[in-house]
Amino acid sequence: MDYEQVVVYIPNLRRYARALVGDRHAADDLVQDTLERAVRKFHLWRPGDLRAWLFSVMHNVFVNQLKSRRIPPSAELDENFAGATTPGWVTDVRDLERGLALLSAEQREVLLMVSLEDMTYEQVSRALGVPMGTVMSRLSRAREKLRRHMDGEPERTDLKVVK
Amino acid sequence: MKPDDDLGRLLHDRFDPVLVEPIPARLQMRRPAWIGHARAAAVLAAGIAIGLALPFTWRGAPQTGPVASAGAPALPVRAARAHVVYAVEVRHPVEVDASQQEHLVAWLSKRLGTKLKAPALTAEGFELLGGRLLPGPEGPVAQFMYQEGAGRRLTLYVSSRAKGEGQTAFRFAQEGAVSVFYWIDGNWGYALSGEIDRATLSRISTSVYRQLNP
Repeated sequence: MDYEQVVVYIPNLRRYARALVGDRHAADDLVQDTLERAVRKFHLWRPGDLRAWLFSVMHNVFVNQLKSRRIPPSAELDENFAGATTPGWVTDVRDLERGLALLSAEQREVLLMVSLEDMTYEQVSRALGVPMGTVMSRLSRAREKLRRHMDGEPERTDLKVVK
Repeated sequence: MKPDDDLGRLLHDRFDPVLVEPIPARLQMRRPAWIGHARAAAVLAAGIAIGLALPFTWRGAPQTGPVASAGAPALPVRAARAHVVYAVEVRHPVEVDASQQEHLVAWLSKRLGTKLKAPALTAEGFELLGGRLLPGPEGPVAQFMYQEGAGRRLTLYVSSRAKGEGQTAFRFAQEGAVSVFYWIDGNWGYALSGEIDRATLSRISTSVYRQLNP
């Protein structure tokens, strides 16, 4: 297994894990378990799309963690973040975080792989081990649920995302 | 703009900062153990070991390039792999785009602890797209990305010199489809990568070198 080859994906794995489980430490636990499992299982990887393979390893670790209740099924995003530059941004982000927490773990995985990691439906299908049709239906349900949540905030007047 | 794009942008705004956070020590894989595992796995599956070894083998410059003593791949290998990973990104090829060039160069300079420069390659037909910070065996690495029109991309990879890597003049390496010109100057290694013919890359490398050493 090649250190440098995997290392370039650690930032991606961390970003995805943070969005998936919310809490910074729980997210890094997930990444660490994923990297350790990847080392043990590396003989199963066929040269090809290493990123998709690492995400499939992370998916398996995540599912096991959910089963053993090491992480709660709904994400709790409560950390402070820097970089809020425009007035609308903080409320948008808070809505986003609450909305993500409302999704099922399965919906969150698909949504984040597509919208945050820019993976194709095919890559997501391989990473999660489910048919493409399932990926697409989970994605559309996730988007709809999230959008409904974000639209439903009574105090909000402007839904446009300010860059 | 479609609502789906808004959602994606919001997700990126919120979570992209994680990409540039320093990687906690517990996730910085202990390289010797890692490689030990890898070797063990490779030996266990001898057939696969051949498959694994192939992409990492240096075609064209067998064992002549500098090899870092700690077992990390040599500069041109790392540069070519980083090129492959990011040059294909459609929506997020860079972390900081060229519209904030001054900020980009200042940020990367600060993180690498040296004064960096983003060479201008306009005369060669390439515009700066931006850059990103990557982890490397000897600390952070900077990657500048350039694009020719809407087409080919080049990356300039700047990394501190690994232990065991001596100074080198221009060298050429080929990693799969990616051509790399690299050189080590003082404590810094530079590698220009692209899926581009050797002569063109050589000409551009010369321009980069001249701009970095006026």
